[in-house]
Amino acid sequence: MPQSTGRPDIPTVLIVTLLTGPVLAGLMGTILPAFGYLPVLGYHSISPEPLVALLRTPGLMASVALSFGTGLIASILSLAIVLIFTAGWSGTRTFERLTRFLSPLLSVPHAAAAIGLAFLIAPSGFLVRLVSPWATGFERPPDVLILNDPMGITMTLGLVAKEVPFLFLMTLAALNRPHIRDYYKAGASLGYGRMSTFFKLVLPQVYPLIRLPMLAVIAYATSVVDVAQILGPTTPAPLAPRLVAWMNDPDLTKRLMASAGALLQLLVSALALLVYLVLERLVSAWQAARFASGHRRRRDGFARLAGLLPMVLIVALMTASIGLLGIWTVAKSWWFPAALPQRWSFERMLDAFGVGGHALFATLAIAVLAAGIATALTLWLLEARSYRKLSARSRVNTIVFLPLLMPQISFLFGLQMLFLLGGLSGTFEAVLLAHLIFVFPYAYLALSDPWHRLDPRYAKAAASVGASRMRIFWQIQLPLLLRPVLVTFAVAAAVSVGQYLPTLMIGAGRIVTVTTESVALASGGNRQVAALYALLQLVIPLAGFILAALVPSLAFRNRAAMRLER
Amino acid sequence: MNRLLTAVFAVFTTLLIPIDASAQSQAWEDVLGDAKGQTVYFHAWGGEPRINAYIQWAAREVERAYGVRVVHVKISDTANVVSQVLAEKSVGKETGGAVDLIWINGENFASMKENGLLASAGWAETLPNWAYVDIENKPTVKIDFTVPTDGQESPWGMAKLVFMFDSTRISEPPSTLAGLLDYAKRNPGRFSYPQPPNFFGTTFLKQVLADTVANKDVLSRPVDEATFDETVAPLFAFLDDLHPNLWRQGQAFPKNAADMRQLLADSELDIAFSFNPGDASGAIANGELPETVRTFVFDGGTIGNTHFVAIPFNSSSQAGAKVYANFLLSPMAQTRKQEPEIWGDPTVLNVAALPANEKALFDAMDLGPATLSPEDLGPVLPEPHPSWVSALEEAWIARYGAGSE
Repeated sequence: MPQSTGRPDIPTVLIVTLLTGPVLAGLMGTILPAFGYLPVLGYHSISPEPLVALLRTPGLMASVALSFGTGLIASILSLAIVLIFTAGWSGTRTFERLTRFLSPLLSVPHAAAAIGLAFLIAPSGFLVRLVSPWATGFERPPDVLILNDPMGITMTLGLVAKEVPFLFLMTLAALNRPHIRDYYKAGASLGYGRMSTFFKLVLPQVYPLIRLPMLAVIAYATSVVDVAQILGPTTPAPLAPRLVAWMNDPDLTKRLMASAGALLQLLVSALALLVYLVLERLVSAWQAARFASGHRRRRDGFARLAGLLPMVLIVALMTASIGLLGIWTVAKSWWFPAALPQRWSFERMLDAFGVGGHALFATLAIAVLAAGIATALTLWLLEARSYRKLSARSRVNTIVFLPLLMPQISFLFGLQMLFLLGGLSGTFEAVLLAHLIFVFPYAYLALSDPWHRLDPRYAKAAASVGASRMRIFWQIQLPLLLRPVLVTFAVAAAVSVGQYLPTLMIGAGRIVTVTTESVALASGGNRQVAALYALLQLVIPLAGFILAALVPSLAFRNRAAMRLER
Repeated sequence: MNRLLTAVFAVFTTLLIPIDASAQSQAWEDVLGDAKGQTVYFHAWGGEPRINAYIQWAAREVERAYGVRVVHVKISDTANVVSQVLAEKSVGKETGGAVDLIWINGENFASMKENGLLASAGWAETLPNWAYVDIENKPTVKIDFTVPTDGQESPWGMAKLVFMFDSTRISEPPSTLAGLLDYAKRNPGRFSYPQPPNFFGTTFLKQVLADTVANKDVLSRPVDEATFDETVAPLFAFLDDLHPNLWRQGQAFPKNAADMRQLLADSELDIAFSFNPGDASGAIANGELPETVRTFVFDGGTIGNTHFVAIPFNSSSQAGAKVYANFLLSPMAQTRKQEPEIWGDPTVLNVAALPANEKALFDAMDLGPATLSPEDLGPVLPEPHPSWVSALEEAWIARYGAGSE
C-alpha cells in the first residue's frame, strides 16, 4: 500500500471545502452586519453601533445566563444519566430492553418531542386530567406555572429527554468493541462492583469516543431554538429564540443587532464548551486520584437503582408524549378534565395526508438523498484516508465537526445571502446542500468508529491474493460494515428531517417539508393538526431505523457469524 | 357537481364587470393573458387549517377559470417574508423573487413600503372587483394603520377585536376596560394576553392605550419621543394593576391568539380575544371551542383594521398574483370567506351596493351562534400609526419581559 505523500487526497479536499466553505462564508455574512455593514439598508461603514444596541437590550444578561445555564446543565445531566445507567446495567436484560426503546426515540424530532411533552405536563395536560377531578378536586386546571417557567427548568427537562437517547446510542456504539467484556470480567474477578468497574476500567477507554458527541450536544443545547420556543421561558427568552425574533423583526434595522447577537451566541456556546472542558479536566484529575484507591464498592445496589430511575422516567415520558400526540391526531374536542377526547374525528387526518403528502414526499426525497450522499462521502473519506494510512485523529476531525460546534444561527443568515447571490435560493439542490452541511458530521460521527474497528487483516488478506482496492471495498469492507452503514444512513436521514431553520431560510418557502409545515401549523392553535404533523415528522426517521434493523438480518439470514455480531 | 357550479359562477362573476370602461377592461384582458400559465407563490400565515383550506379552494378556482396556479407557502410569521424579500433585494435580485403575493398589513406593510419592497403603486385599484370595495364606510381599506395603501395592497378581509368567553362560567361579560380589570381581580389567573411583540398582544396594548390615553389624536401621528412616556403612563398604570391577577401571575403568556383560544378551550382562561368576529363561531363549528362560547366588545369600541394581499417588487408572476387578488375580492369568494364554518372573516365589500344576486348570498348567511351582528359589534377604533407598534413593544419588554435583574 502507498505511503502518505503529504498531498491531500480528493475526498478530504472535497469534504473540507463542502463544510468549511459555507460555514466561513456564512460567518462573514454575520460578522459584517454585526459591525454595521449591510449595504442594502444603507449601512456602509464599520461601526460598533449594533453591539452597543445589543448590549442595551433589556434582559440581555438574563437571556445569556439562561442559554448558558439550561444548555450546559441539560447536557451534563444527560451525560450523567447515560453514564450512571450504563455503568449499573450494561450487559443486563433490563439494559437490552431499554435499549430497544431508546433507539427509536432518537428518531423523534426535537420539536415533536417538545410538543408532546407540553401536552403531557401542562396544568391542563394529560397527567392532571388523569387524576382530576376525582383525586385533586380540580374542575378547572390549576393556575400553576409549569411550561415556560422563567428559570427554564421545563426546557432543561425537555432537552434532557431528547439528548439522553442520542448520548446513549453514542455510548452504546462506543461500548461495541472487542474486549469490553473482558474488562468487566477482570473488574469482577478483582472484586470491584459493577459500577466501579465501569468508571475505573471501561469509561477511560470509551470516553474519548463520547466526547465529540457530548461537545456537539452542548453547542446544540446552548443555542437551541425550537425546544426553547415551545417549553422555554419568555420573560425573557433564552438568547437563541430572541435572535430569531430580531432577525425576523419587521423593523429591518434589527437585523444588525441580530447579527451582533449571533456573535454573542457564538461566544456563549464557546464559553459553555470551555467550561465543560475545564470541568472534564477537574473530574478526570479527581478520578485519577481514586483509580488506585482500591475501593471496591461492591454494594452499589442503591446507586444502580438511582441510575435506572431517570432512564425509565425518560423512556416513559417520551413514550407517553408520543402516545398523546397519537390521540390528539384524532381528537376533535377534548375538554378539561376529561382524560379522553369527547369527540373523535378522522377527517383532519385524511385531510392532512392529502395536503401533507406532497411535503412528506419532499422530506423523504431530501432525507434519502442527503443521507445517501453523506454516507457515501463518509465511506469514501474513510476508505481513502485509511488506504493512505492517514491518522484518524487530525485536523480533519475538527473541521468535520465545525458545523456541529457552531450555533446554526450564527452563520445561517450569511449562508442565505450566499445562496441568493448564486441564484440557488429556493431550489431543491440548495436545500440539499444546506442539509448536507449538517448531516455529514453526524454520518461521520456514526461511521468513523465502526470503520476504524474493522479488522485490517481482512483487507490485507484480500490484497495478498490480488484483490483490487475497489474489490476489497465492495466485497469485503462494505458487507462487513452493512449494519453500521445502515444505522448511519438512518441517523443521517433523521438529522435531515429535523432541519428547520436551514430548510426555511435556504428553501425560501418553496421547499416545503413536514418540519416547516409542522412549525407553521404549531403557530396556530389547532392541536389536532399540530400533533398530526409532529407524528408525520417521526415517520421517516422511524422507517429508517426499522429498515436499518431489518435489512442486515435478512441479508445475513444464512450467515450465523454476521448475525451474532452486534 | 358542486365544484362545477362554483366554477361556472366564478366566470359569471367576472362577466358582471361593467363593460363601459373598455380601456380598463382591455388592460385587464392583458393581465389575464399574461397570467395564464403562471405560478403564484402566495406566502400566507399557515396556522389555521380552516384558512388554509379556504386558500386552497380559491387556488383551485383560479386555476380552473384562469389557468393560474397558486401555491400556498405556509409561514409562521409574516415578518419572515419581509426579511426574505429584503435579502433578495440586498443581493440585487430584481426579478424572479421567491414571493409573488403576501398576506400582510400594518407594520409589515409599512416596512415593505418604506424599503421599496413592493410592486409599483396603484395596481390594487385597477382590479375589476375593486369596484365593489366599501371605500366609504370602511376607510381602513385604503389606509393601513394610518399609512395610505396607494393601491400597493389589495384588501382581503376586515378585522375587529372581540373578546370570547364561556357563557356557562360568565353570565354577564364586562363591557368596558375597567370592567375587564375588575373581572380579572375577582377571578385571578383566568385572563391573559399573548406576549408582545406578538401581534395580538400588541393589539391588546393598543386597545388599552386607546381606552386610557388622554388625547386620542396623538395616536394617529408618529411617536413623539419627548412625550411618549407621559402618553403611555396610564397604559402601564393599568397593566401594573392587571398583571398580578393575570394567568401565571404574568410570568408566562400565551404565545399567540390561537394558543390563547386553546387555553380558553382547556378552561385555563375565562376570557380570550380574537381579531376575527367570526372566529368563535368557526371554532365551535369545528369542535375547537365549547358550544357555550360567546363574544363581547367594549361599549367604547374596539380596535379594527383591514388585512390585505400585496405583491413584492421582484415577483415574476405579478399578473397571476393580480388575478388571484381579484378573485379573493369577488363577491363569491368574499361570501364564502364570511361563512363561519369556512372561516368567518368579514367582507371588505359594500354589501348594500352589490348586484341583487350577490347581495342575496350575504343576506342569507347565518353568522353562527357566537358572532355579534354588525350592529352589536360597536364602534371601530382606528389603529395607531405603525411607529407605535415597536415603541409599545420595546416599552413593554423593558418593563415586563426582561426578568428581574
